[in-house]
Amino acid sequence: MTEVFGVPISALFGQLMLGLVNGCFYAMLSLGLAIIFGMLNIINFAHGAFYMMGAVCAWILLNNFGLGYWWALLIVPVGVALFGVIIEQTMLKRLYRLDPLYGFLYTFGLAQVIEGLFRYKYGVSGLPYETPDKLLGAVNLGFLFLPEYRAWVVVVSLVVCFATWFIIEWTPLGAYLRAATENPQIVQAFGINVPVMITVTFAIGVGLAALAGVLAAPATQVSPLMGANMIIVVFAVVVIGGMGSILGSIITGLALGLIEGLTNVFYPKATNTVVFFIMAVVLLIRPAGLFGREK
Amino acid sequence: MRIAGYAVMLAIGLIAPHVYYPIFLMRILCFALFASALNLLLGYTGLLSFGHAAFFGAAAYVTAYVAKERDFSPAAAVITGVVVAALLGTAVGLVSIRRLGIYFSMVTLALAQLLYFICLQAPFTGGEDGIQGVPRGHLLWKLDLGNDMVLYYVVYVIFLASYYFIYRVVHSPFGQVVKAIRENEPRAISLGYDVNRYKLVTFILSATLAGLAGSMKAIILTFVTLTDVDWRTSGEVVLMTLLGGMGTLFGPSVGALFVVTLDTQLSDRVGPLVTVLIGAIFMVCVLTLRRGIVGEIIALYRRVVGNSHHG
Repeated sequence: MTEVFGVPISALFGQLMLGLVNGCFYAMLSLGLAIIFGMLNIINFAHGAFYMMGAVCAWILLNNFGLGYWWALLIVPVGVALFGVIIEQTMLKRLYRLDPLYGFLYTFGLAQVIEGLFRYKYGVSGLPYETPDKLLGAVNLGFLFLPEYRAWVVVVSLVVCFATWFIIEWTPLGAYLRAATENPQIVQAFGINVPVMITVTFAIGVGLAALAGVLAAPATQVSPLMGANMIIVVFAVVVIGGMGSILGSIITGLALGLIEGLTNVFYPKATNTVVFFIMAVVLLIRPAGLFGREK
Repeated sequence: MRIAGYAVMLAIGLIAPHVYYPIFLMRILCFALFASALNLLLGYTGLLSFGHAAFFGAAAYVTAYVAKERDFSPAAAVITGVVVAALLGTAVGLVSIRRLGIYFSMVTLALAQLLYFICLQAPFTGGEDGIQGVPRGHLLWKLDLGNDMVLYYVVYVIFLASYYFIYRVVHSPFGQVVKAIRENEPRAISLGYDVNRYKLVTFILSATLAGLAGSMKAIILTFVTLTDVDWRTSGEVVLMTLLGGMGTLFGPSVGALFVVTLDTQLSDRVGPLVTVLIGAIFMVCVLTLRRGIVGEIIALYRRVVGNSHHG
């Protein structure tokens, strides 16, 4: 068997693939955080909770309603996004004019409430979620034994991420969105309904998180705690990338997932911490983040 | 009025251990100091650190370790813990003040999470078990800290001294500059103040005091676990400050009293629902009670009396 630095090449690529899958989740979550921050001026601490809701709701659909993975993929993101809209309309919207600090604190409280309720109902042990039959196989690529489900996650995430990027950068709707991020008053004065755009943006961000959760359900351990650990890493990803650029947050998310995978091969003890180390280094060299603009 | 208020508080603190469990009261004092330390940063510079459990927990771990494994006296162990918290505060402060606003909160949270994983894996922290059975020992070879009453009064004196220190910092020329930075940073810069240095010094002071609270906690409860460095602890101490009143001297202590009481009274009975309750209080505070309990009382008092005294 071929080896790289004493590591079998299939193990190396296997870990890279796992890292890429994680990177896809980071990318989808940090993308959502970035567009929400752009429009609402709020860092959504509950983003991890929405991700967790996505995965656990997929599990609930399967076990309580007999609706499988493909239904979950369709229903759950929409359902969680609607839940987000309710939160936005009833409470979050009062915080836009305040310091972003309050939005951060509010969504932290929200995350605690959501996670606490799910923990109360479903405990902290993992909820097993089977990989759908159609994606159960694996392909042998010679250098890598690739489970189909992982390939599916990467493809779907990349398509969704780049579609979001395309809409924001290249369509009239995206132009309104970017304009409203820069100066909502003027966009409003042009007759565009900015409050509705804000609500839709929040719904899309939340829906992306829930979609990532559904995708993660068969690939990782479904548990009410899965969001809390995720969100802190995603914050570090966002700090590293800087939130100024949509493409930047996608690339940063993917890259950090890959780096985590590599770390897991060569120095497993640091797998949990490598992202935070990179964040500290980036802050010292480029405080605004790799793709960020100093505000 | 103010002096009378402080005298009543002082008296309550002196009598309290004869009426209620000293351990529970010491816990409140620890968290009151912890929240006051956070408030020095959050309330007076406007920087929200979401990783203060790092300093609290690191100091607690170091104190527990040197007291148990290296036979340090409790005073020396606490001082060692505080020094470590100060050094850690310097390092974290230097990195995190490079990003301001809400980024600052995310950076401190992420760096605290880094420390959490280090505590989980380091050889001397006991991993998931933490460090148990920390000896309380004797203070200056005479005072037996194993006695809860004796320990309570020692902790009470340290708390009062720290509180007075914070009071002096806030009302010093340094404190005035810090408040000026919070109110209008560009103006403070244009007046020639090195804004970042003021922020860094405040950050280090805050981290050091949080460390003092953590070190005392290790001696009082005689154990340290991963909970002490967990981000939930950082969140709870932010809640104490917010609930009591950011930027008021006494608010964080009131918040600590509420949250610690809630935690200890309810966590056995309702389990994970405590988290839900704490989260809900957070949401209600942000939506309706942004000045906090003490902040609202001060505002009400001013409206009734109608003077413009500020403090």
